[in-house]
Amino acid sequence: MENSTETTNKERIVTRLDDTIFQGRVSESDGADSNLSQKYRMTAKNVNVYYSETHAIKNVSLSIRENEVLSIIGPSGCGKSTFLRCLNRINDIVVGCRITGEIMLDGIDINGGELDVVELRARVGMVFQKPNPFPKSIYDNIAYGPRLHSMVNSREETDEVVYSCLREVGLLSEVEDRINKSGTELSGGQQQRLCIARALAVKPDVILMDEPCSALDPIATAKIEDLIDELRTQYSIVIVTHSMQQAARVSQRTAYFNLGDLIEVGDTGEVFTNPKHKLTEDYITGRFG
Amino acid sequence: MTGWTLVLLVLALSSLFYFLAKRRSLRVATTVGGIHKLHSAPRYYGVVAALLFAVPAMLVLGVWLSINQNIVLKIVLTEYFPELNWESQVDVDWLTSQIQILAQTGRLENVENAEVLNAAADRYQYLTSLSDTLRNASVLALGAIVSFIFILFISARLKARPIAETLIQGLLIFSSLIAIFTTIGIVLSVLFEAISFFRIIPFTEFMFGLEWSPQIAIREDQVGSSGLFGSIPLFTGTLLIAAVAMTVAVPVGLLSAIYLAEYASPNVRSFAKPALEILAGVPTVVYGFFAALVVAPYLSDLGAYLGLDIAHESALAAGVVMGIMIIPFVSSLSDDVITALPQSIREASLACGATKSETIKKVVFPAALPGIVGALLLAISRAIGETMIVLMAAGLAAKLTANPLESVTTVTVQIVTLLVGDQEFDNPKTLAAFALGLTLFVATLVLNMTALYIVRKYSEQYD
Repeated sequence: MENSTETTNKERIVTRLDDTIFQGRVSESDGADSNLSQKYRMTAKNVNVYYSETHAIKNVSLSIRENEVLSIIGPSGCGKSTFLRCLNRINDIVVGCRITGEIMLDGIDINGGELDVVELRARVGMVFQKPNPFPKSIYDNIAYGPRLHSMVNSREETDEVVYSCLREVGLLSEVEDRINKSGTELSGGQQQRLCIARALAVKPDVILMDEPCSALDPIATAKIEDLIDELRTQYSIVIVTHSMQQAARVSQRTAYFNLGDLIEVGDTGEVFTNPKHKLTEDYITGRFG
Repeated sequence: MTGWTLVLLVLALSSLFYFLAKRRSLRVATTVGGIHKLHSAPRYYGVVAALLFAVPAMLVLGVWLSINQNIVLKIVLTEYFPELNWESQVDVDWLTSQIQILAQTGRLENVENAEVLNAAADRYQYLTSLSDTLRNASVLALGAIVSFIFILFISARLKARPIAETLIQGLLIFSSLIAIFTTIGIVLSVLFEAISFFRIIPFTEFMFGLEWSPQIAIREDQVGSSGLFGSIPLFTGTLLIAAVAMTVAVPVGLLSAIYLAEYASPNVRSFAKPALEILAGVPTVVYGFFAALVVAPYLSDLGAYLGLDIAHESALAAGVVMGIMIIPFVSSLSDDVITALPQSIREASLACGATKSETIKKVVFPAALPGIVGALLLAISRAIGETMIVLMAAGLAAKLTANPLESVTTVTVQIVTLLVGDQEFDNPKTLAAFALGLTLFVATLVLNMTALYIVRKYSEQYD
């Protein structure tokens, strides 16, 4: 019951979004709000990121709730990917990158000594912009994480994890007969779902997705979006996207970044139909850049 | 006029034709109403005229130089020495050099056939200067005629620019053909000499014989007059030293490549990589005396201390130093392969919760392996072909052994020793060098091709 009202809600938002883009004006809010759990999975407080001299993220505070999809939108170079990459500390490998502020995962500071970076990344998985399967077999791609973390101790356990992850991303029927072939031989959309399966195999709490569909065609994109919607029941998902329709379709809350500032965050319906800030309005109505 | 003055003259005249053609095109331009009415800019008419002068002139010069000498000699020799035996290269060479020296230095007296020789030398001198004059005239005339005809034809519609383009393209093709044909020529000359070696010594004996002792007795009663040409000990010696070298170079080179590519900060990298590559710039002769004067005695002393009998010219000393020499090959090529891998697969692995060394071991290294194997094969072929170090540090006696503490010799060392000193080219001892060279060439060629094949076939295509 709840599911169906949500779907209609989402459809309305998408239609309205298309309207606003075409008519170039924002209509009244209908106060669309889903029944979201209010528990926070990750909380970022006063986060600043500097790349050498550049101040890429300016004092951003943003929280990710349990079982929600939070989308981050904004023009190119606004820092949305940078913020995402702070959440699993993958930015650590960028030379000259400096992060201040506090990011908590279930109440533990991820930059403090308490949580090892390896453990953090096991709990906060990531899917990248370009599908990046390892040049290994499909099987080994998914088994990679569980083997690393000794989550599987026998061939049977590994099989179980691999097959269940493939099933979860809807790839099992497509690749069952070539599971030992290289993951790089799959099509772009299949590769991206393989990468999602690889992230799921480690059983993370949060999944970060950095423009996961930007290299894919509309059909593959639709499959991934459906998948994201299903995954929401078990994981918290943060997705950076350039497509506002995609943000509207898959997310419950939306954050708008501009030039390193978090301009606005709120329920997706609210942000798209009744943005509080002029910059957000300009961006979602297409008057920006 | 010598050949070099002629070349300089050709260059000078071609620049003269450049200006002539350019001026004529400018004059044509004034009659048709401005430079913009010309099909091409004036300088293109000049370039074409210059090239049309220089190219035919140089071609004629080249052809002339390659055949002229023989023709003049043949004329002189047949005229004055009708009884000369042309089959005997020694006689012909002897006469030729006598005539040539006489032509430059003057009369000869009190010799058996002084008169004939003097006359022949005069004739030779006359014919040579005649042919030089003919050569100079024909070279300059042909270039001038071709270029002049072009200048006459200059008009507003003459498409000088594409013609210049074609000529320049031809020039480039010609240059690359020179390189290719030189290679083919070297291979063929080695091949023919090797074939004449195999006429004397059977191919099977050379390839599968277990003893190498190329000294052939000049007199019947000399000791060691056997002349054994079994190349197996040489190739095992080469492989033994190469194996020792790779044992040193592979771990050191690979690990430093991984450090440079994955761990070193940009500052360290910008300093360490060139520093490592300096090793590749050290002349091999320096490595050679380093091996012979430092490493070999040290190893020998160390062996004595440990109770091992290490020969002073051991395979170990030569191999270790050769290994040091090829470290930069391994590390630099492997570093290139590793850095060429996309950052995205490293990030993917780190995002799965892998540590840096786990990422390198399980993702980076396997992905880079085909390229690394290729780099190693190139390093091996470099080690096999290396001469100076082994010449100075390895032994001369061909010994069939797998013990690196003993003295062995290599193919390259034997080639050098076979060709040092006076040689005759109908002697199997000399010809054996060509057979060895050919085998070595084929071996390194196969190694290099395999390396390229592996790199192409097994490397993932990352776009």
